[in-house]
Amino acid sequence: MTPVHATTGHRQPIDAEPVLKLEGITKRFPGVVALNQVDFDVRPGEVHALLGENGAGKSTLMKVLAGKHQANEGRIILGGEEMAFENPKHAKRAGVVLIHQEQSLVPGMTVAENIFLGSLPKKWGNRVDWRKLREDTNRILETLKCSFQHDDLVGSLSIAKKQMVEIGRALVFTPRVVVFDEPTASLTDHEKPVLYDVIQSLCEQGVGIVYISHRMDEIFHLSHRISVLRDGEYTGTVNTCETNEDEVTRMMIGRSLELDHASKPSEFGENMLELRNLSVKRLFSDVSFSIRKGEIVGMYGLVGAGRSEVAETIFGLRSPTAGEILLDGQPVSFHTSHDAVAAGIALVPEDRKDQGLILGMNCRDNMTLAGLESVSTLGFMKRADERAVYDKYHQAMKIKTPSWRQKVGNLSGGNQQKIVIGKWLHTHPKLLILDEPTRGIDVGSKAEIHALVKELAKSGYAVLVISSEMPEVLGLSNRIIAMYDGRVTAEFDGDSVSEDELVQAITGMGQPSPAEAATV
Amino acid sequence: MASAEQTNPQLLNGRISRAGILSFLSAQGILVFFLLSMFVFSLFSEQFLSQSNIMTVVRQASIIGIIAVGVTVVIIGGNLDLSVGSMLSFATVLVVDLHDKIGPMNAILVMFAFTLLLGAVNGFLIGLMRLNSLIVTLAMLSVIQGLVLIYSGGQNVDIANQDGTWFAFFGRGYVLGIAVPVLLFGLLALLMQIVMSYTGYGRRIFAVGGNPMASVYSGIRRNWCVFSTYLISAFCVACAALVLGSRVMGSQNNVGQGYELLVLAGIILGGTSLLGGAGSIWKTVIGVLILGFIQNGLLLMGYPYYTQWIVTWVIIILAVWLDLANKRKRLLTTHS
Repeated sequence: MTPVHATTGHRQPIDAEPVLKLEGITKRFPGVVALNQVDFDVRPGEVHALLGENGAGKSTLMKVLAGKHQANEGRIILGGEEMAFENPKHAKRAGVVLIHQEQSLVPGMTVAENIFLGSLPKKWGNRVDWRKLREDTNRILETLKCSFQHDDLVGSLSIAKKQMVEIGRALVFTPRVVVFDEPTASLTDHEKPVLYDVIQSLCEQGVGIVYISHRMDEIFHLSHRISVLRDGEYTGTVNTCETNEDEVTRMMIGRSLELDHASKPSEFGENMLELRNLSVKRLFSDVSFSIRKGEIVGMYGLVGAGRSEVAETIFGLRSPTAGEILLDGQPVSFHTSHDAVAAGIALVPEDRKDQGLILGMNCRDNMTLAGLESVSTLGFMKRADERAVYDKYHQAMKIKTPSWRQKVGNLSGGNQQKIVIGKWLHTHPKLLILDEPTRGIDVGSKAEIHALVKELAKSGYAVLVISSEMPEVLGLSNRIIAMYDGRVTAEFDGDSVSEDELVQAITGMGQPSPAEAATV
Repeated sequence: MASAEQTNPQLLNGRISRAGILSFLSAQGILVFFLLSMFVFSLFSEQFLSQSNIMTVVRQASIIGIIAVGVTVVIIGGNLDLSVGSMLSFATVLVVDLHDKIGPMNAILVMFAFTLLLGAVNGFLIGLMRLNSLIVTLAMLSVIQGLVLIYSGGQNVDIANQDGTWFAFFGRGYVLGIAVPVLLFGLLALLMQIVMSYTGYGRRIFAVGGNPMASVYSGIRRNWCVFSTYLISAFCVACAALVLGSRVMGSQNNVGQGYELLVLAGIILGGTSLLGGAGSIWKTVIGVLILGFIQNGLLLMGYPYYTQWIVTWVIIILAVWLDLANKRKRLLTTHS
């Protein structure tokens, strides 16, 4: 264990010669300077966090490091030797590995085949040496303390286990530097400690770790030092034990974050939504709760607890097998999402890219997509009205984009999410459901979205926020519905509930189910 | 994408800079290619650019063009339609056979009704049952061809009184000096271009093709949108059958065989992506015309007709490759 700071409890920097140094890295793409004279180094055995808002250049820097992109200027020095990586394989052999944000495994192959993909051990010329493959894989799985077997199909593993396979890939060549790009984005709170352990043991073996994440708590928990990028520029490096979230945030966004101090909404009207024993077979059962006008209700639970499924059922995407939905006092039953939208329900879905946006369409077209009727006469769209709608939400939500013609696929996560929200505000819904509204979004946009949600509730919207982040649920909700394994386990007042109570409620009253007890 | 104003902003603003022209050229590569190939062919053949030759080519291309307009809508919606060739045989045989039996007007109405019914079957299976469009329309390609043979008993059909029927208007007539098939092609293309670019319906089709899941999460009735594209496709086939039947005044059982590939060739050549969510009708129009001129030019230069098959698809593969190379370059410019 590395020594921790006496007062902050955070790790103290490790004093050692850097195993890897990046000096003056500049990367230009046609029309854009993605990185400008960036310096960065990693010491053996340390976790060096790399921070920055979406689009600040973190991923580009790591792609340059891992040989996916080639820098226009600057030097990469690994173990005292200057390197020029031509491709990721080259970098991997030299000991620099990138653990991908999007997993790049072949689901139909076994764990062993995936780990050694592209570098299968051979014998007798070109035959695969299955025995050696098995032994090598078992050795790697042992270091990672994995519970699955070398011959398990990767497609049958959970996301967390897949990530372990991905890390296992890094261990094929003795790694000197391992880059983790948002490794916890798709992990549940239970699965994270396993990852932390792996990172810890890599450190103890003297591997340098680069850790990219938006989550401050993780970064302060894990890292020894923190470096920050802003708009492709290097803004500095600080020792984790000597800094705090405010300072880091300031470095990231260039100003103090206007912290969201707005009060929660406090004036409520009639019940807008009421669920009575709503059930969908095999997904959730007997879900009952209500949301009043002007109220924010948080729905808290682990991934897989049935939260999104409840939202999708309210939104008409699934048919309830039992129970009732009452909207504004009237029982409703929707056959399609179209009916739900017409009735005044809006859903900002969990997965922006797959469910929220048409990535190949421009900003304006995405923004008006859910409310085309209101910007057209006799089926013909009125361009001026469309622009007006776009301009209105573009300004109101401070969306950063060069033009409405920009394809949304080119925007950062925060701006994409604002477009999805704008799309729904344009339909003037009675009930707004937000499913993980700030997942994978930088702190600046996150605070803006939180403030916006409160504002919307105060102006009379009934809001349901689904989240697996406790601070988000606590910070926003008037009431909190806890879900566990397809059931509502408790309902809390958002101001008086304690974190312990919440955790107990979403983990089945402290009784872990077999599914959770299983380790990775 | 969905509208012309997005593709060439520089020109709209009236500021025509060098960079503007370059980006216009690269965006409208297909148009440039069209003009270039016209130029090259005209060097080899004097007749090529003669008015009568151009009119002939356009008239010949109009049947493929009319069908391609409908299939483009299907493709923008994220699906394929390979059944149009057989459907064309079906509709042509039907309208020609019924012409003498129940009169031209009734024959046309019955033909449209049954062709739309076939489109509805496609739409039902693909849109509402959510089956794979490649498999369904491939199956329909065979099934419909079988139906045609059952209906006709293997006999070719023709119209007895070829000179005394107003039915001749669709294939042989002229309005204001323009051949009716060309006029029909132009009108259908214009109509569908307007629908796709300026109506909410068109926007929804683009959304469904671009990301079916997100379109559902935006309250769009995806299934019905897909269904409707197959009705449009069938309607266009029925129009094409009108022209074909009227021009030939008779029909072989397999008259439409191979049309599905020619139609696809025109659409791909025009630059509409088979992935869905992008493309435009006017691109298809240009693609179909290029196809027509390549075939005509090769014939005029004295090459046997089957060289068209090779040249056309070589050009298509080149076009797809260039397009992909261009896209890859653009992908790299997004920095994240």
